[in-house]
Amino acid sequence: MSDHPVVSQFRRRTLRPIDASAGREQLEKRVNVKKLVSAVSIVAASALVLSACGSGEGSDSADDYLGCLVSDAGGWDDQSFNQSSKDGLDAAKDNLGIQTSEVESTSDADYQPNVDTMVQQGCNMTIGVGFKLEDNIQEAAEANTDLNFALIDSTFSDADGKPVTLDNAKPLVFNTAEAAYLAGYVAAATSESGKVGTFGGIQIPSVTIFMDGFADGVKKFNEENKKNVKLLGWNKEKQDGSFSGDFDNQSQGQELTKQLISQGADIIMPVAGPVGLGAASAAKDAKDVKIIWVDSDGYKSTEYGDIILTSVVKQIANAVEDTIAEDKDGKFSSEPYVGTLENEGVGLAPFHDFDDKVPEDVKKKVEELKKQIIDGSLTVESESTPK
Amino acid sequence: MTTDISPAAPSATPPPSAEAQPDKEPNLLQEILSGSWLVSVLAIVVALLVGGVLIAVSNAEVVEAAMNIFAAPGVFFSTLFSTVGDAYSALFRGAIFDWDARTTERAIRPLTESLVSGTPLILTGLGIALAFRSGLFNIGGQGQVILGATIAGYLGYALHLPPVVHMLIAAIGGMIGGAIWAGIAGVLKARTGANEVIVTIMLNSIAGYLLGYLLKQSWFTHTDSANPQSRTLDDSSQMFLLLPPPFRLHFGFIIAILATIFVWWLLERSTIGFEFKAVGANPHAARTAGISVSKVTILVMIVAGALAGLGGAAQVLGTEFKLTGGISGSIGFDAITVALLGRSKPLGTFLAGLLFGAFKAGGYLMQSQTGTPIDIVLVVQSVIVLLIAAPPLVRSIFRLPTPVLKRKEA
Repeated sequence: MSDHPVVSQFRRRTLRPIDASAGREQLEKRVNVKKLVSAVSIVAASALVLSACGSGEGSDSADDYLGCLVSDAGGWDDQSFNQSSKDGLDAAKDNLGIQTSEVESTSDADYQPNVDTMVQQGCNMTIGVGFKLEDNIQEAAEANTDLNFALIDSTFSDADGKPVTLDNAKPLVFNTAEAAYLAGYVAAATSESGKVGTFGGIQIPSVTIFMDGFADGVKKFNEENKKNVKLLGWNKEKQDGSFSGDFDNQSQGQELTKQLISQGADIIMPVAGPVGLGAASAAKDAKDVKIIWVDSDGYKSTEYGDIILTSVVKQIANAVEDTIAEDKDGKFSSEPYVGTLENEGVGLAPFHDFDDKVPEDVKKKVEELKKQIIDGSLTVESESTPK
Repeated sequence: MTTDISPAAPSATPPPSAEAQPDKEPNLLQEILSGSWLVSVLAIVVALLVGGVLIAVSNAEVVEAAMNIFAAPGVFFSTLFSTVGDAYSALFRGAIFDWDARTTERAIRPLTESLVSGTPLILTGLGIALAFRSGLFNIGGQGQVILGATIAGYLGYALHLPPVVHMLIAAIGGMIGGAIWAGIAGVLKARTGANEVIVTIMLNSIAGYLLGYLLKQSWFTHTDSANPQSRTLDDSSQMFLLLPPPFRLHFGFIIAILATIFVWWLLERSTIGFEFKAVGANPHAARTAGISVSKVTILVMIVAGALAGLGGAAQVLGTEFKLTGGISGSIGFDAITVALLGRSKPLGTFLAGLLFGAFKAGGYLMQSQTGTPIDIVLVVQSVIVLLIAAPPLVRSIFRLPTPVLKRKEA
């Protein structure tokens, strides 16, 4: 240590007798040297402490099944698919006794490194949440054929957007249009103003599929009852409507909802994750405006239960847990999982507080439509339907 | 003349050799004591300690052990040290060297990953720093990165050219994109006196939504995918790798080094750079001295924008290979911190960019292996930056206890 040039320089400096002409300035420098020494010793001490604790290492036995999850930029608290996926992973951890690891991405540049860390950890199953991770999951699946992967809300495609299938990667997609169809029917049947509204976060298939189904449900009600309930915020034919622009900005959701309310809508379905909370708060401020929540049962997952008519539920958590369970038992298949009304991957939540306000004949009709969709006599079509 | 403007620039005239030795020592010593490196090291140490507290508090096991601290203090301290130690060792393994890796390549890969993450930050940070030195608050890094990435990306899949040529054309396209975007702010500032802070912030929003719009147009994205993302870039346009896979270190890092040297040369050795700094120091004096302030303003913004655009190009051509709505991440804003942390000097910005890149790379492993929430990872990193950026705070922290001094004096 004493041979280090910097240190020996200090030493020479401190040993030098103080020359009268330099006076105070020299003295100050000596003082500084001592401070430096004390500071250096603190650094050294803390470095020692840190390196000592740094030697500890997490133990992981090789035969443990490791299930891993990578979020998209929305994060685990998005009240939407990231959160549901995380719930599924947590359920798998509790019910299947597996090891889990999860990482949250904060920007698009994080996906590749995050998926890579999972692969390096030797995750038996790595699940990516959202279409944005498609390329990274695909790339990792191709490079690591011994590990399995899954992707939520998107299928795999090549550079031209043509679908491709991979032997070790399973898409988990949801035909939410079926459930949204029922929600659209209920909304049209219970609207007092004759106008219902919807808006999305960003115009992507996993969002517009809700809006398409909703639009068709409203249309179905109009055809059957010779009514003219209007849908604001989405035009299925033109595939054009209102979007808040992201999945974060709740005040934007509030604004959009106020506009829809001022145009006369009294039931609104926001398809925008946490942005929907802004919509709910705007609806609460207005009188007699109800919300149709999406993804989870909003009566339970939000504090706006008293204005939530129903929810279009997407059982992502179950799909995640089931996929991990299958893989753990060695029954993995890359066959896409498509959540439908039939396999209860999507569905309409109970009406809860509004149970007695929804007429019996509407409830019966919804059950009937549900049966028709399940048996195939009624198909709900959307451009965004997972293929 | 250079030294008048920038006090940190090396003194041009060396002292006579006889006096050089005794003079040099106090200078060096002074530099170490007052200079930034010791403060930076101390800042990191303080930040790691503060961060350690945060990591411990956010960890369920430590909190549980703390509940039983009187019953089993040993358990508490061992849990505490192992949790905090694991988190920091993961940060280090993710950013510099992974001694737990399965292969040698994997062991050294983290360092290259830090360089990869740092590359766009360095380039964009240089753009911001250059504008700062010229007295312009270029908050528009984000918009310039987006435009740079958009044009570079588009040229990357719309054109089909031989390798290297394609990459260079795409990168130059990115520079032009950033230059135009910043140039708008420069022209508005020079011609109308519009505040560049407001203009660049607004241009950030415009760029973001413009990209969002373009990604929905199939003529732009060249793909049938219904998701808002572009076609994958041609291989020929992608920045070639400096090391074979699994390394991701690409040519963009070399560009970042060259850009750093260029900015240094521009500011310290060129006439135009002197004008930049003169305007930054005192626009009125510069005008009196015959420098066209409006010309300099426009030119500074164009060069700054070109650098930021290059940052965006490096991101899309080097690591992402396709355009998405979030292509820029938070590069444009992180770059402001990088530039400030680097004291708006080229080398400083370069090093600050590397530090940020290392944090980014280390954060992935820290999060996945130790379960430290990403929010805490980011808080710890922000605390480090905060302390590095506030030298007086760190000095006062370490000045207070002086037991060594007292003992020696006695």
